Amino acid sequence: MTPWDDACHKPDPVDRAIIRATQGGMPLSVRPYHTLAESLGLSPSEVMSRLQRMQDNGAIRRIAAVPQHYALGIHANGMSVWDVDDARVDELGEQVGMLDCVSHAYRRPRHPPQWPYNLFAMVHGRSRGEVENHVAEIARLLGNACHRYDILYSSRLLKKTGLRLGG
Amino acid sequence: MASQRDSEADVKESHQYGELERALLNDYQRGLPLVSRPFAEIGKELGVGEEAVLAALGEFQGNGVVSRVGATLKPGAIGVGTLAAMAVPEDDIERVAAIISARPEVNHNYEREHDFNLWFVAMAPDQSQLLRALADIETCTGYPLLDLRLVCDYHVDLGFDLQWASQNAIDS
Repeated sequence: MTPWDDACHKPDPVDRAIIRATQGGMPLSVRPYHTLAESLGLSPSEVMSRLQRMQDNGAIRRIAAVPQHYALGIHANGMSVWDVDDARVDELGEQVGMLDCVSHAYRRPRHPPQWPYNLFAMVHGRSRGEVENHVAEIARLLGNACHRYDILYSSRLLKKTGLRLGG
Repeated sequence: MASQRDSEADVKESHQYGELERALLNDYQRGLPLVSRPFAEIGKELGVGEEAVLAALGEFQGNGVVSRVGATLKPGAIGVGTLAAMAVPEDDIERVAAIISARPEVNHNYEREHDFNLWFVAMAPDQSQLLRALADIETCTGYPLLDLRLVCDYHVDLGFDLQWASQNAIDS
């Protein structure tokens, strides 16, 4: 067993180089980790063991296809935002995050008075009507812990790239 | 597999995917196995060859169904990031959007229908570089932004289930 301290782990420069190389997209080759290793000057086994370690400690959630919802017929992408009692937002946020129609659920700070919302839930649907039905479901779940909400539809994707680490 | 689609343009409209494509979009969400030949492994599970898996994924990338096959990171695992929102007058939005999109720290930038109409995600190796980038953006655009840092991520991330998207494909 390799001793591994999850809480303290910070990816080192080699880990960062591997992440940077995979973020832009894995090579679609027969041995993609070998291709990656070659481009980084590492051994394939090192690349695989580091990727495994980063998945085990949670730095990488998964290496997978990143779908474009628009191309899949999921045309409406509504960012629902909610003003939920601080005392209940964590408990309720967990429940919202488990709904099938929600791809992401986050707690974020309020910035009153312009921004009263502290819970974000990304809702996807084939149409705005479908998104609104999902949002109604979330509203029922939140009940009187929620004081107001809004849905922000995306009208245009201006930029989407993989993560850039900069520096 | 080529018979699954008549033209690239039709793919986005009609979503005519075969069994392999649907299985790939769903099952592949669980992740690429960390073995020497991961596409062969996926093929074995789905009962097809390695070449068929690679061809289908290449096609997904080519027609935009999949933006990339890559690592999804836990927020904050590497560097620091934030979601920022800006309220920009309609007639100035192109200029401001271009400034924001040009920043290397910005990896997503959306226009949304709201008073806060520009939403972007910025990431930097550390806190001071991120704050500097946000301050630069405010200076260059001339608008203040809301810095909406992640407080808690509630989503149990098991991969986004595309089953219902496939169902949609059948419906249409």
